[in-house]
Amino acid sequence: MEPKETHAITLNVNDTNYQIQILPWVSLLDVLREELHLTGTKKGCDHGQCGACTVLVDGKRILSCLTLAVMKDGSAITTIEGVADGENLHPIQKAFIEHDAFQCGYCTPGQICSAIGMLKEGKAQTREEVQELMSGNLCRCGANRGIINAIMEVKEGGCHE
Amino acid sequence: MNNFSYTKVSNVQEAISELDGDIRNKIVAGGTNINDLLKYFITKADKLVDINPVSENNSIIRLDNGGIRLGALHTNADTAYDPIIEERYPLLSRAILAGASAQIRNMATNGGNLMQRTRCYYFYDINTPCNKRDPGSGCSAIQGYNRIHAILGQSENCIAVFPSDMCVALAALSATVNIMGPNGERNLAFAEFHRLPGDTPNIDNNLKHGEVITSIDLPRQGFEKNYSYLKLRDRSSYSFALVSVATGFEIENGSIKEARIALGGVAHKPWRNTEAEDFLKDKEPTRENFTAAATILLEGAKGYQQNAFKIELAKRAIIRNCFMALNPESQRPGAKPSL
Ligand SMILES: Cc1cc2nc3c(=O)[nH]c(=O)nc-3n(C[C@H](O)[C@H](O)[C@H](O)COP(=O)(O)OP(=O)(O)OC[C@H]3O[C@@H](n4cnc5c(N)ncnc54)[C@H](O)[C@@H]3O)c2cc1C
Ligand code: SF4
Ligand code: FES
Ligand code: FES
Repeated sequence: MEPKETHAITLNVNDTNYQIQILPWVSLLDVLREELHLTGTKKGCDHGQCGACTVLVDGKRILSCLTLAVMKDGSAITTIEGVADGENLHPIQKAFIEHDAFQCGYCTPGQICSAIGMLKEGKAQTREEVQELMSGNLCRCGANRGIINAIMEVKEGGCHE
Repeated sequence: MNNFSYTKVSNVQEAISELDGDIRNKIVAGGTNINDLLKYFITKADKLVDINPVSENNSIIRLDNGGIRLGALHTNADTAYDPIIEERYPLLSRAILAGASAQIRNMATNGGNLMQRTRCYYFYDINTPCNKRDPGSGCSAIQGYNRIHAILGQSENCIAVFPSDMCVALAALSATVNIMGPNGERNLAFAEFHRLPGDTPNIDNNLKHGEVITSIDLPRQGFEKNYSYLKLRDRSSYSFALVSVATGFEIENGSIKEARIALGGVAHKPWRNTEAEDFLKDKEPTRENFTAAATILLEGAKGYQQNAFKIELAKRAIIRNCFMALNPESQRPGAKPSL
């Protein structure tokens, strides 16, 4: 058996470089929350079933709970803390407020990162397709209608950077 | 998770030497299944071998025989949305997009999809007996809650199903799995890749420890004109199949020249029976013929306390999907069912 060593990795999170020393079995979610104190990203199930931990890695939406941080050495990560432009909220964030797209707010960071990733993918055209491609984010409060309304508004407004 | 070491490799030979044929050295690709199983202590590892940097296995290429080679490390999402796959193998695109969620498909790889393990609840609960997780301990599902379990090909040791959607389409398309190991290259016909549980339900497939899946080949015939993937489940998205069907037809002058039907969610491997397909050859695409084919496919089906409904469900799904394959537009999301 080889020794279980820590690994030195660099993560670029929301345009800041972090050099960290980690053990191989630590999830990206735990690194974000416990090491970098970016607690916007939520832990719902920790097993890939709810989408609360969704972040963007090199522009793609993924689940940080099923990702080992050590595998993302050198990647650029965007979390909910990094989607706004300074004091200017991201259009999806604004739309979520306008459409009452949350109640407790626990699923919201994951929903917003997932929606940004989805619009970037450009595969959903209709409302049904948006629903289908957002199905990886569960909302226990049942704010889904508001969530889809918010996303549709931004999508139809054509503003999705 | 137990404590393991981690190493990144940049080519297949390095992966094989790091694996060293030892069952406690494991490949990690997208991580969506193995990391979950490690968290539950269902899988234990001494070393994870990260094959993501192996760029030779991360592409889709055209083969001289008219087929297509899917890299084992290409993601499920990139495969489903690849223009060649959408155009020539839409059945595969549909099946992949029916599985998991957008985030998981962005992470999951083609090789990992073939290797994913069952979703049997007892397999996931380390406090209960399970022959697949702990050989010889017994099967909790046979006398237990078995709503999601197999109706075909079971043994008295295990009635689990293989949960993949993508692999149902790969079975229907008669794909080939390309493998590299310590003794060189070999390949397996898709039907030979996964296995039935028999006396050794702990073994899901015929890949040996220390071998690496490098790619999956699709033959030229993609059934792009008449195809359909139908997935039936408890909620309409982000849920595993109770029953799924991948169907492809080649139709000439109103009669079926070639038929492919594979079932998911019903057995320890994607279920195909060429007798049912041969029966449809040179016949007209009628309800009567589809029903007869469904009956052949489900020959010997056996239900348990909670899953007997799957036999009739599978029969209806096969028939309905035959009709949907005649009119592939009928399966677009949001479209009205064709029947
Ligand atoms: C909540 C949830 C819902 C899901 N729903 C569905 C669904 O509806 N339908 C569906 O089909 N799937 C579903 N999945 C499963 C998902 O598709 C698989 O987890 C995924 O395809 C596995 O691929 P991966 O690259 O992440 O594999 P990993 O987790 O990295 O690896 C899985 C296994 O494959 C081995 N492996 C990986 N690559 C290779 C290779 N090249 N050669 C040899 N061995 C290899 C690993 O050692 C490991 O044992 C779901 C998963 C989750 C978490
Ligand atoms: S069906 Fe198979 S996986 Fe499930 S408890 Fe029985 S032996 Fe284990
Ligand atoms: S916390 Fe990652 S999917 Fe639920
Ligand atoms: S707002 Fe409470 S879970 Fe979605």
